[in-house]
Amino acid sequence: MNPESLLPTEEQYLFCIRCGQCVTECPTFRVTLKETQSPRARVMLVRKFLEGELSPSPNFVDQIYSCLDCLACNAVCPVGIKPADLALQMRAYLHKTQPQPWIKPLVFRVYFTHPRLIELSMLPFVLYQRLGLQRLLHSLKANNLLPAQLRDLERLLPNPLPLRPLRASLPELIPARGERKRRVGFFLGCFQNTIFAQGSAASIKVLAENGCEIFMPRNVRCCGMPHLGYGELDTFLELARHNIALFEREDLEAIVTDCATCGSTLKEYGHYFKDNPKWSKKAEKFSRKVRDVSEFLLETGFRRPARKLPLKVTYHDPCHLRRAQGMWKQPRQILEASVEEFVEMEGADTCCGSAGTQILTHYETSMAILERKIKQVEASGASVLATGCPGCQLQLGLGAKKRGLKVQVFHPVELLDLAYSYSSDDSQEERC
Amino acid sequence: MLAPQIIRELKKIVGEKNVLTSPEDLIAYSYDATFLEHRPDAVVLPGSTEEVSEVMKVAYREGLPVIPRGMGSGLAGGSIPFSGGVVLALTRMNRILEIDEENMTAWVEAGIITAEFQAEVEKRGLFYPPDPSSHKYSTIGGNVACNAGGPRCLKYGVTGDYVLGMKVVLADGRILKTGGKVIKNVTGYNLSHLFIGTEGTLGVITEVLLKLISKPRYVSTAFAVFPNLEDAGRAVHRILLAGITPASIELMDQTTIGTVEEYLHLGLPTWAEAILILEADGNQEEAVLREIEAIARICRENGAVEVKVARDEAERNSLWKARRSVSPSLARRAPNKLGEDITVPRSRIPEAVRRIREISQKYGLPVVVFGHAGDGNLHPNILFDKRRPEDMEKVEKIAGEIFKMAVEMGGVLSGEHGVGILKQPYLEMAVGPVAVEIMKAIKQALDPKGILNPGKVVPLGVSWRGE
Repeated sequence: MNPESLLPTEEQYLFCIRCGQCVTECPTFRVTLKETQSPRARVMLVRKFLEGELSPSPNFVDQIYSCLDCLACNAVCPVGIKPADLALQMRAYLHKTQPQPWIKPLVFRVYFTHPRLIELSMLPFVLYQRLGLQRLLHSLKANNLLPAQLRDLERLLPNPLPLRPLRASLPELIPARGERKRRVGFFLGCFQNTIFAQGSAASIKVLAENGCEIFMPRNVRCCGMPHLGYGELDTFLELARHNIALFEREDLEAIVTDCATCGSTLKEYGHYFKDNPKWSKKAEKFSRKVRDVSEFLLETGFRRPARKLPLKVTYHDPCHLRRAQGMWKQPRQILEASVEEFVEMEGADTCCGSAGTQILTHYETSMAILERKIKQVEASGASVLATGCPGCQLQLGLGAKKRGLKVQVFHPVELLDLAYSYSSDDSQEERC
Repeated sequence: MLAPQIIRELKKIVGEKNVLTSPEDLIAYSYDATFLEHRPDAVVLPGSTEEVSEVMKVAYREGLPVIPRGMGSGLAGGSIPFSGGVVLALTRMNRILEIDEENMTAWVEAGIITAEFQAEVEKRGLFYPPDPSSHKYSTIGGNVACNAGGPRCLKYGVTGDYVLGMKVVLADGRILKTGGKVIKNVTGYNLSHLFIGTEGTLGVITEVLLKLISKPRYVSTAFAVFPNLEDAGRAVHRILLAGITPASIELMDQTTIGTVEEYLHLGLPTWAEAILILEADGNQEEAVLREIEAIARICRENGAVEVKVARDEAERNSLWKARRSVSPSLARRAPNKLGEDITVPRSRIPEAVRRIREISQKYGLPVVVFGHAGDGNLHPNILFDKRRPEDMEKVEKIAGEIFKMAVEMGGVLSGEHGVGILKQPYLEMAVGPVAVEIMKAIKQALDPKGILNPGKVVPLGVSWRGE
């Protein structure tokens, strides 16, 4: 592929009136208070690069990679400029044309494309936790010797991690509970397979509970979002082709996922193949079937639990669910059906600063954004925080720990599953 | 390029991270919401009035231009560093220092976003009325420096009407504190008002003391369609004559209606010469409803063929939607726009709109007119393409003719955006030679080295085409 073809066109930035509406919406501007870290500036930087006034210096590259892809700017622009999209396109171009650190191909072409490797990589952490090493380290306060970033990474992982990856503990075909009403595919994200196995196990139970037979292919591979985010477009397309072919063989009503990021990426497959005559139809068909689990449950009418969990719960909107997929009512409706008290927190729809790997690449900004967010969680007074994205779940879990907040983080559907178990009297259940 | 020694000095004052010099940073601080741009030599982000003072001392010693900047949402090129130098961006100074509920005042740092300050006082049942359309992405300091207005100004007045005092850092670094927490204050010259609307040319406004009022509890909105522009003008007059002061009366002319409709397909009457959006507010629901009914009746009696009154918040929003969509729909018609800001005596609005239309036809570039009919503040927006040299020439001629027209009608160059650099060449025509002389004398007294925002407001040999 000719790298020039990856560059944004004049049409994409020319109409920016520089009004500034996007600036205050941008989480990176909010914490740095520097124009350079704002969508308006990113549009201008891309423009100046294309006009030959800027070179791909390390600082330029860093500004382009500092975008969290939270899409707040895209949503608010009165003219329809998409600063977040411009940043992603620039990354694809920079990735192709600039020398990359040796670790990048290793991570994106090897690690993220082989689910077994991802699973294996979790093993040391599982052992670390289960063999008491973590407790030992903490009791000696040895973790305080680590630099802040590593210390936070160490605390990022939930404890305990599941012993086995989810795909190893479930069959490929999971029968419906009771009468079979639908047949759906389940796209198991990498995080849910290894770190939040409990969450996806709950999603699958809830789907089965609502009359779905579930096809969960074992050899599903990463949705490709990390690759898009880093500009590794070729590998993204390869992964997409693999996943499309995998689900194509089965007769499925929908392809359900409980990861906001996977969902938004899968829904975009069609877009990325639109100029490919061989794949465009298949990709389009695939994308049309993709549903976030909360979207699917509301669309098909889920069974309401007879009793609600006696919890006060608030909800954080994952950017890739609310903005990329337009889902904000659905998870709330699920929560309202599952828990006794649902409270909105201020700024529920602002990014938590996770954005995949910002903790590695832009640690300070990521943590500053998180701190703002956690204060809002705290102010809501909720004991449980629900969110539908594993990246957010990790980040928010870390934020709670750092602030010493006793707030547990769950996927909304996990709470629905818990409410089903909590409801002993089945006769009182009603349909929504 | 600044000498490394000066950069080091600045870094010592505000901290390493808060002095920016990379090309990316300089580009990010080279523009505002106009089509103009020019890079500074450095960007400094101070954290306190004291830091601003120290920075100014260095700049004064070195004769270095300093351009104060808030969020860069200005529409007159006022914060663009055309002579290079240091952009002093006040965005980090965004704290509310005090909200005094009993005296209904607030002390804030200049860099706070206006809408965020408003939300904070509204939580306490208080109200800060000035509402520039940019309130979600402009700062109080910028609003004060430009004396920003907004739709609500008809009833509540502009930013300057709410300033009780401020802290200003002068060109040589001295800190001046003006005004106080009192409504009446005639202790000497009104120095607070000296700095309002000076766009950073006389001093750097770092903190502001604002007057608050109680928040009106009820709002009601109406939408009126007029086949004839003069009828709309008369309706506005009759409403005010009847003793009603709506919070806002917004006007969209036929070109605006057409442009918005083309963009959004809201079903707007493209055949109408004018649409008015009118809003009443107050603390008594019945009174507000009576007012909006009277407004609707007067519109009908004066030639409106359709009048809608919103029944709830959702309907209210949909009535405002057309007005809010003006800017985006303009941007889709041409890559560049020049949003002008003349104010004419209210009675001459219909005449002004017709004359602007004639000017537009004469040069063959679209000019869309909308604005605040209640206070005579019109926004003719010239649409063009900067890449076409012939367009640029026409834009300047059109703007010149519009300004001339406004002044002939007894109006002014700007109602709320300020003079900046774009309108500076027309200043003398608008205010007369004596006023310009006095402005220059004040500038000379407060900024003898001419380092504060050079070339803005007062003509001093700097233009956006180069010195």
